[in-house]
Amino acid sequence: MTIKLRVNGAPKELDADPEMPLLWALRDLLGLTGTKYGCGEALCGACTVHLDGLPVRACVTPVRRAVGREVTTIEGLHDHPLQRAWIDLAVPQCGYCQAGQIMTAAALLKAIPKPTDDDIDHSLAGNICRCGTYVRIRAAVKKAAGV
Amino acid sequence: MIGHVRGVRRVALAALVAACGTSTPPASRVAPPAAPVTSGGALKAPAAFDGIADRAERSRALFAEAGKVLTHARCVNCHPPDETPRQGDLHAIHDPPIIRGAKDNGIAALQCTTCHQDRNAELARVPGAPGWHLAPIGMAWLGKTPAEICVQIKDPARNGGRSLDQIYDHFAHDGLVAWGWSPGADRVPAPGTQVELAALVHAWIETGAECPTEAVR
Repeated sequence: MTIKLRVNGAPKELDADPEMPLLWALRDLLGLTGTKYGCGEALCGACTVHLDGLPVRACVTPVRRAVGREVTTIEGLHDHPLQRAWIDLAVPQCGYCQAGQIMTAAALLKAIPKPTDDDIDHSLAGNICRCGTYVRIRAAVKKAAGV
Repeated sequence: MIGHVRGVRRVALAALVAACGTSTPPASRVAPPAAPVTSGGALKAPAAFDGIADRAERSRALFAEAGKVLTHARCVNCHPPDETPRQGDLHAIHDPPIIRGAKDNGIAALQCTTCHQDRNAELARVPGAPGWHLAPIGMAWLGKTPAEICVQIKDPARNGGRSLDQIYDHFAHDGLVAWGWSPGADRVPAPGTQVELAALVHAWIETGAECPTEAVR
């Protein structure tokens, strides 16, 4: 089946089963490997992308849900203040979860430009970092937000 | 020399096989695939209460029967009295930790639909139905008796301003309510069927929508 969607601002047509996870479509069909496969059960947040600006777990989101909509991946952020803050504060350790962390944080800042610690903690509660970089993640979100 | 290297490789291979062998749990420790759970128990039909001559008493008995559904984990887990949904038959705190937000559908960067789809994701075991969200806190049922829930759902201040007909419509036709009988994975469905629940609620309304006493649990 032909699936039409927009990814990082560009129109895309995919020959895919509509039930294929969006993550598979992004990584295997479009070669956008910045979005990571973590748990496959929407429990870790590593696969977070935006669908029309709101975060979704791409590992459990069927590609049919993205038809006619705008998908934004980590490749589509383009020198986002969060990415600069991430570099400045050397946030990642192994780095595997960081694309998901940044995508969730970007959705947070879009909704709440000046978040509190609670806003950050609640919003990123579903993004797991096995290296335990949470303190630096929170600091980088605040740095990007200017708070 | 070559023979020595081959010998070392054989020893190493044997060690690897042995290591793999010991890391494999005995067959008896391997959990069998979860069988789909097809029934959450039966619900009596309204006719089963025809023998109760007193109309008000019959109405109370009808609601008590419907209460088997309304107090079931598939229903009350999304009717919590606080900020977080529950999951599982023992009403465990939702994992990952989620808060309800102002519109009962999560917060901006972590909404219910960040993970939950419009149908169950069977391979990932993530439950789903259209419009996945929590019931408003005023409609909390978790921890309440059928008697308490009955009084609550008749109270327009705590039922979203619904009439009895609209309450019937919610139970009979709402897609999120319907999920309770098709919960996916190894979750136990709510008792009976949605049609049977609707019949009980209809009969309860027709008999005066009386509420059971606190003794009914």
